Amino acid sequence: MDELELKKLIAAVKHGTLPRRRFVRMVAAFGLTAPMATQLLTWSGVAHAQVKSAYKPTKRGGGGALKLLWWQGATLLNPHFAVGTKDQEGSRIFYEPLAGYDDDGNFVPILAAELPSVQNGGLTADGKSVIWKLKKGVQWHDGKPFTADDVVFNWEYSADPATAAVTIGTYKDLKVEKIDSHTVRVLFDKPTPFWAEAFCGTRGMIIPKHLFEPFKGAKSRDAPTNLKPVGTGAYRFADFKPGDMVRGTANMNYHEPNRPFFDSVEMKGGGDAVSAARAVIQTAEFDYAWNMQVEDEILLRLEQGGKGRAEIVAGGNIEHIQLNATDPWTEVDGERSSLKTKHALFTDPAVRQAMSLLIDRKSVQDHIYGRTGVATANFLNNPEKFRSKATKFEFNVEKANAVLDAAGWKRGADGIRAKDGKKLKVVFQTSINAPRQKTQQIIKQACQKAGIDMELKAVVASVFFSSDVANPDTYTKFYCDMQMYTTTMTQPDPQVFMNQFTSDEVATKANKWQGRNISRWRSDEYDKAFQAAHSDLDPVRRAALFIRMNELAVGSNHIIPVVFRPRVSAQAKQLRAVLSGWDNDLWLLRDWYKEV
Amino acid sequence: VGQYLLRQLLIVIPKVIGISIVLFTILALAPGDPFEELATNPAVPPEVRANLRAQFGLDDPVAVRYVRWSTAMVKGDWGFSFASRVNVDDLILQRLPTTLLVIGSSIVIALVIALVVGIYAATRPYSLFDQIAGTLALIGFSLPTFFTGILFILLFSITLDWLPFVYRADISTTGWRWFWEHFKQMIMPVSVLALFQAAQWTRYVRSAMLDVIRLDYVTTARSKGLAERIVIMKHVVRNALIPVVTIVALQMPTIFGGAIVTEQIFRVPGIGSLLIAAILANDTPVIMAVTFVLSCLVILFNLLADIAYVWLDPRIAYR
Repeated sequence: MDELELKKLIAAVKHGTLPRRRFVRMVAAFGLTAPMATQLLTWSGVAHAQVKSAYKPTKRGGGGALKLLWWQGATLLNPHFAVGTKDQEGSRIFYEPLAGYDDDGNFVPILAAELPSVQNGGLTADGKSVIWKLKKGVQWHDGKPFTADDVVFNWEYSADPATAAVTIGTYKDLKVEKIDSHTVRVLFDKPTPFWAEAFCGTRGMIIPKHLFEPFKGAKSRDAPTNLKPVGTGAYRFADFKPGDMVRGTANMNYHEPNRPFFDSVEMKGGGDAVSAARAVIQTAEFDYAWNMQVEDEILLRLEQGGKGRAEIVAGGNIEHIQLNATDPWTEVDGERSSLKTKHALFTDPAVRQAMSLLIDRKSVQDHIYGRTGVATANFLNNPEKFRSKATKFEFNVEKANAVLDAAGWKRGADGIRAKDGKKLKVVFQTSINAPRQKTQQIIKQACQKAGIDMELKAVVASVFFSSDVANPDTYTKFYCDMQMYTTTMTQPDPQVFMNQFTSDEVATKANKWQGRNISRWRSDEYDKAFQAAHSDLDPVRRAALFIRMNELAVGSNHIIPVVFRPRVSAQAKQLRAVLSGWDNDLWLLRDWYKEV
Repeated sequence: VGQYLLRQLLIVIPKVIGISIVLFTILALAPGDPFEELATNPAVPPEVRANLRAQFGLDDPVAVRYVRWSTAMVKGDWGFSFASRVNVDDLILQRLPTTLLVIGSSIVIALVIALVVGIYAATRPYSLFDQIAGTLALIGFSLPTFFTGILFILLFSITLDWLPFVYRADISTTGWRWFWEHFKQMIMPVSVLALFQAAQWTRYVRSAMLDVIRLDYVTTARSKGLAERIVIMKHVVRNALIPVVTIVALQMPTIFGGAIVTEQIFRVPGIGSLLIAAILANDTPVIMAVTFVLSCLVILFNLLADIAYVWLDPRIAYR
């Protein structure tokens, strides 16, 4: 799909001939996130989708207690220090952003009175500023009014390096100014097609100026409000025990009518995913459990009891295989997998193509992941009907054999192929995790049939994913021929996500293996496209560039997507939770209720 | 007696210092980084991580960090958790009541069972009661708590649906209901721990009793015409308790350490689960504080056991 095609599609949406949702799906098939697709539409002057709420209760409170189970407990409640999603979720009970993303990638105004658009003058043609109109009459839980000063303060707080906020990446390259008491302007240094990151979604929760102002910068740790949040959310803070329990009570002055439904909410932490699934689906002790990293087989068995169900939403997580572009077995200047070397086998495109043909994604989905892993050839969910257009995947041992034969890899006496004295022997590593070891087995069997000798290696997750410079088994060192893990797309805008294939991001000894290009695959064309996307004013052209980058990376067969991993949660039967794959689980906690 | 105690007390000081140095060095050398999650998140610039490391003093050499930590510790400042940025002593105090309640009551129950069953079995060796108690004890301590815990959950929570298996330290009800809910959720973790402990201790009590019961002075006491009750309680039990005290005292620190596995299974927010979470998050100040408290407790209870010996058998102090 190129720029022209993309423009045609957008025009079709504008004229109402192509449904919005279909557009989002089509673009997703080419590797763009749903929020990104929505942004394309707003820039092109298509009005924001009016997101209808399915919320039914007609009065506040009366719903009893909502019991949430997080198998990793929240450890702190300041969204600007939230290291993992568990902390973001804990904070999200009390704090709100200006807008959130729903499951289709649409923006839903929360503390904003209306969404910025071309029509209302919120978005300017140069892409360098956004005007947000704030909702009036919103009160912090202590009764103070929520104003533009609070929004400006959040930028100052996060962008100050001394605060050491983890959200700094979102706020450091922009400026925020107050227009009036309920209007702010966000100014970008350079044209920023993806304008809805600051103050939106997981990194956009807003903390009160009047309580945090004395604790900006180096004193940030001392703020008592770090542990006793005062937000604008539908639930007020009651109690917090780090790593164990967060409790809140209904905010009877909430700024939306008839909300919240529950009288109190509690988020219990600890334990493991399987027993959390049991506590919700099988015994109904809890109403909701997050991040069910449980095999589908177990979930299906638990669901037979009928007390709860597993709920699945799409997101941006991809389980993929990387073929090392460098030689992991030769040490150059104190590092293996050095850029000065080339991989003995994978430099041959035929070997890479054969490897891609030998990965039985469908079996991996059917026999291992079930609903929790959908076979894909792409870096994003790939709806059935657009598969023909997108990069195709197939599992075909004969074809793999033919490709290898044609390239001159001849079988030896032991059945292992060789060429120019180099045997087709590879070591394939991943972290220890039952589904991954099963996937390794499936791939190894197929490789045997094609005359490739594969040695499997499994590394403890805490070592594999660590950034320990001294350990040779980390995934960033990649001292191995092939490896498999899940890459997560934490931001809706792909700019940061896609830098993991650029040449200057290669993980090396010089950058202590902190570079993000772990496969060490390099392409001039990709680098050029990435640079072009970085500064392109035109959002549509930029989107087309991302699609091209995705094609390049996947097309090289150095990066082989296996399954797309949606987010799975467990829910009690009567609970109606509004979930989104692009935002926190609790992004719209105010709309959660129980069917009587 | 005073000199004996003083000597024991003086030995404690170098022990504590030695333990703290070893612990600190091991933790400092162990792989991992409290801000690892930040390193793998592309949206967080590496400077944030560097900044946090500098702010929390993680970039200094181990020796400098040890001196800073120990001087602060002497002044009563335990430092703060890297993960939650809460003071470590607050974190431990938050978890302490639950740990004391759950593990404490399981130890009390275990002790009662062990003493009653052990003494009764020893007075009637090889009777039917003794055989049954012996078999049960063997089964009890052969089954690890993670197995019995899951078995209990399967039986009482999932099949019978009688008891909850997620422990909640703050229950928002009041009055009798509050008491009842606490009682209900404590049944499983407490009995899993109590049965395991009781099984071990029963065997100790029984064998210690049998060692003593055959001694000449017991026969003398019986031939003096003392009632069997007095012979057992005053003459046998008191002497048989000496080895039992050692065993029990050495296991006391686990009250504070919590039963890590059981706490994890039932999600009991005790010190054990705090320790596990801290280890997984590489949260050095918390690991350091908890393990340090634990090792101090081991030393303390050793000391108490020494004192208890003196009380049970005054001859020990002069030897």
